[in-house]
Amino acid sequence: MSHERESMEFDVLIVGGGPAGLAAAIRLKQLANEKGTELAVCLIEKAAEIGAHILSGAVMDPRALNELIPDWKEQGAPVTTEVTEDRVIFLNETGGRKVPTGLLPDCFLNHGNYIVRLGNVAKWLGEQAEALGVEVYPGFAGAEILYDETGAVKGVATGDMGVTREGEQGPAYQPGMELHAKYTLFAEGCRGHLGKQLEEKFNLSNGVDPQTYGIGLKELWEVPAERHEPGVVVHTTGWPLPADTYGGGFVYHLEDNLVAIGYVVGLNYTNPHLSPFEEFQRYKTHPEIRKYLEGGKRLAYGARAIAAGGLQSQPKLVFPGGALIGDDAGFLNAARIKGSHAAIKSGALAAEAAFEAVTAERQRDELTAFPEAFKSSWLFDELHKTRNFKPYMKKGLWMGSLLFGFDQKVLKGKAPWTLHNSADHDKLKLASECPKIDYPKPDGVLTFDRLSSVFLSNTNHEEDQPCHLQLKDASVPIAVNLAKYDAPEQRYCPAGVYEIVRDDSGSNPRLQINAQNCVHCKTCDIKDPTQNINWVVPQGGEGPIYQGM
Amino acid sequence: MKILVPVKRVVDYNVKVRVKSDRSGVELSGVKMAINPFDEISVEEAVRLKEAGIATEVIAVSCGGAASQETLRTALAMGADRAILVESDAELQPLAVGKLLKAVAEREQPQLVICGKQAIDDDANQTGQILAALMGWAQATFASKVVVEGETLRVTREVDGGLETIEVKLPAVVTSDLRLNEPRYATLPNIMKAKKKPLDVIPAADLGVDVAPRLRHTQYSEPPTRKAGIKVADVADLIAKLKNDAKVI
Repeated sequence: MSHERESMEFDVLIVGGGPAGLAAAIRLKQLANEKGTELAVCLIEKAAEIGAHILSGAVMDPRALNELIPDWKEQGAPVTTEVTEDRVIFLNETGGRKVPTGLLPDCFLNHGNYIVRLGNVAKWLGEQAEALGVEVYPGFAGAEILYDETGAVKGVATGDMGVTREGEQGPAYQPGMELHAKYTLFAEGCRGHLGKQLEEKFNLSNGVDPQTYGIGLKELWEVPAERHEPGVVVHTTGWPLPADTYGGGFVYHLEDNLVAIGYVVGLNYTNPHLSPFEEFQRYKTHPEIRKYLEGGKRLAYGARAIAAGGLQSQPKLVFPGGALIGDDAGFLNAARIKGSHAAIKSGALAAEAAFEAVTAERQRDELTAFPEAFKSSWLFDELHKTRNFKPYMKKGLWMGSLLFGFDQKVLKGKAPWTLHNSADHDKLKLASECPKIDYPKPDGVLTFDRLSSVFLSNTNHEEDQPCHLQLKDASVPIAVNLAKYDAPEQRYCPAGVYEIVRDDSGSNPRLQINAQNCVHCKTCDIKDPTQNINWVVPQGGEGPIYQGM
Repeated sequence: MKILVPVKRVVDYNVKVRVKSDRSGVELSGVKMAINPFDEISVEEAVRLKEAGIATEVIAVSCGGAASQETLRTALAMGADRAILVESDAELQPLAVGKLLKAVAEREQPQLVICGKQAIDDDANQTGQILAALMGWAQATFASKVVVEGETLRVTREVDGGLETIEVKLPAVVTSDLRLNEPRYATLPNIMKAKKKPLDVIPAADLGVDVAPRLRHTQYSEPPTRKAGIKVADVADLIAKLKNDAKVI
């Protein structure tokens, strides 16, 4: 079909309109405008509008934004709620123990940071980018990487629209478009489906640890004014997860009586009966947590995988023709529970390297200046200091906290050792060897079921299109996943996409994939025990429509 | 034949709307907006008539704030030739929109206006009819098929219990129903081209019509939440519940 596609040339193409991609776009045009040179910068985003696929906590460290847009306050950035208090609580089943602030390592302190709705920040960054002359096209997914005759990346093709479930051209068929560029920056976020292909094609992960992930689930609540404490940041660990499972919750008091509440579960969990969604629902019933929500109303729901491996798991950032930026390269700082500042910084650094290269009339080579600049940046120092956080936490909650506390408070992150990460997908134990977990039924007030939750993500997909959740081997869901692990995809998927259905007599199980429910979190692509599920982009403009998540 | 297609910027149909906590309206801040789906169908029909050589020009028009330019760009990307924004930040009710569209129609002299049967935000289902009455034109509402035969339109309408086919003389107003067509996707090349198509902005005040609201909103509220269903053990249980709890038999 490629002969039907139109194509267009740009200097720099950016795939993904999150903080990293938008920061790169903005920095490129800033530099071009400063130098008075023409620079064609195009950014595509698979969401229907910029910000609609963004889901984050989020407490934001403004350091990178200060550098990128020093007058962001005057420019009306939706970054207004300064953190007033940090509460870190170890929860047990009935109560909690607050960690005295003096004992907290620096990375847990948020003085000077802001509680934001990152989707709104992205939307605002999108407006800044457009005002600077970036061509911003939401509603178009990068579906395919294009290579030139030397094997360098020459851009991406957007997906075809109107292809039927059987893969044929339907009445509304429209071919995708080829976007060519001197350099292409991939900013798809955690576990980008193109980033994954690039890592393989260019062996970008050779010599580094496997990436390790978490799934973050989040709800936005409007609470009674008397329960609202603007600027308060609550982080918890412990209950309801067992001590051998990495995870924790957060409650962030935003502006306008809004509270963001969420839960993160490390995807290296071992019990296939575990359900991150149900853990999150149960979490809200804890007295230390429900006190913030009672009398309130849930407004929104969503979920997203996060890359937590840090420096040890970071792939090589550049390849001929482009670079990985933001969480597509795993820039998140898991210990600080934040990554938007790192995303912005990485985007800006890549942009500087790309601008310099384009100005020197280079194209489609390796932007080696980007990783070099990263290594000498504050971001590298920050990530290096906390690099052992996730590996320590593999030792369990108590030992991990103790070791990381020692590492940070006594050694100041300068431990002479670097611990290693391992992959998440092979960690599940057999279902028969693990205890079943009896999750309470949702009450419809504080706790909810999956489907009423997915409804609040505003997700939507055309049904008559090829399934965007591809199985490499169609027999695996029953022969392996169901037989050995009691079909864990039914539980780790936060959107009810995967369902084992049986006939009337309760036999002949088969896996039904409700792809239209998908919220694009990528957890299945990460956690499937045999890596049998491949997440690819559906039609552009589909998926969740998060409103400031 | 010149076709005028009014389009409205509304909350995206995929987004679940929410009443503001003070019940003064629907929360619109930060909410994703899109072209009204019935207007999208109207644009598609007009563009198809142009592609069939029947129409010579398709003009999209919207009444509303500056952000409605985005909606007009969608219409342009689908194939409209040019666009007009009648700019006003005031609340515009169907009568006001009808009057503004009349003023635009008098300037542009289209032979046909195709608009959505209703907007999915206020569901008023009035603008097309009001415009036809103000213009003194024929109207064919709830169209599921439009055939142009010289100076006559043969329009199939979706009515209760079936389809009705009527003939109206041009000039006329047609309002689109859901099954009129399946709108095309705006492609990336066409979105790029649409950025360069002409879009005129006319301040609503320049059209000299009274747009003051005639209706007053007293309160907005959400529909009552549906109670969860229950499972009954057997037929006897069901009958007992229907008799004693629901008291319907």
